[in-house]
Amino acid sequence: MINRTVVGAHYGLRDWIAQRATAVIMALYTVVLVAAILIVCPSDFESWRAIFANGFIKFATFIFFISLIWHVWIGIRDIWMDYISMSVLLRLTLHVLTIAVLVGYVGWFASILWRV
Amino acid sequence: MAQTSSRKRPVNLDLFTIHLPLAGKVSILHRVSGAGLFLFLPVLLWLFQSSLTSPETFAALQAVVAHPLGKLVLGGLIWAYLHHFCAGIRFLLLDLHIGIDKEAAVKSSAAVLVVSLVLTALIVWRVLL
Repeated sequence: MINRTVVGAHYGLRDWIAQRATAVIMALYTVVLVAAILIVCPSDFESWRAIFANGFIKFATFIFFISLIWHVWIGIRDIWMDYISMSVLLRLTLHVLTIAVLVGYVGWFASILWRV
Repeated sequence: MAQTSSRKRPVNLDLFTIHLPLAGKVSILHRVSGAGLFLFLPVLLWLFQSSLTSPETFAALQAVVAHPLGKLVLGGLIWAYLHHFCAGIRFLLLDLHIGIDKEAAVKSSAAVLVVSLVLTALIVWRVLL
């Protein structure tokens, strides 16, 4: 047990909790979606599309994707922090690029989901 | 302070001589599978988009899945998701101090590796083949 005086900026606890909370949301969604697929047994385009046209599944799928993006950000940031120690500038660039790409994915995913 | 930091300590970062215990293998595979899923996220988004846009793009997706290379990539991604899922549940349980003694931790590591591989084989067999 490490005793330290917690003062000042954050110590990563918020990210640690967010990583786990988003993991639980994604795990629950995975179970729900697998159950939906097993019940519907989609065999063609229309029956597959119908799953994501359902309001509840659409909503849950979007929550899943936001959780995924948040979870990916923490995980990939950890990887950059662990292995890119030679240059702060390079690490900062990778962090910014990662965020930019992930924000782009959110827009792409939303457009896919709401065209269904 | 200067004395301790200037002392030469043995360092081994040679990946070919490091032998990880089972839990270490599960841990690094958790990272590798996560990084792989991140790198393939645009591919996964494209697959998702194709599956939902029109009957034509759906048929094109079926052609991708029918190709052996498509099966290989999808099989790999399914394994990555399932390993990350199972190892993640194990880490959540460890966070809750469940199964932290050595024997239980080794057993759960083996379970993660086996369950994710068996589920991958099952899905590939039922859906991709």
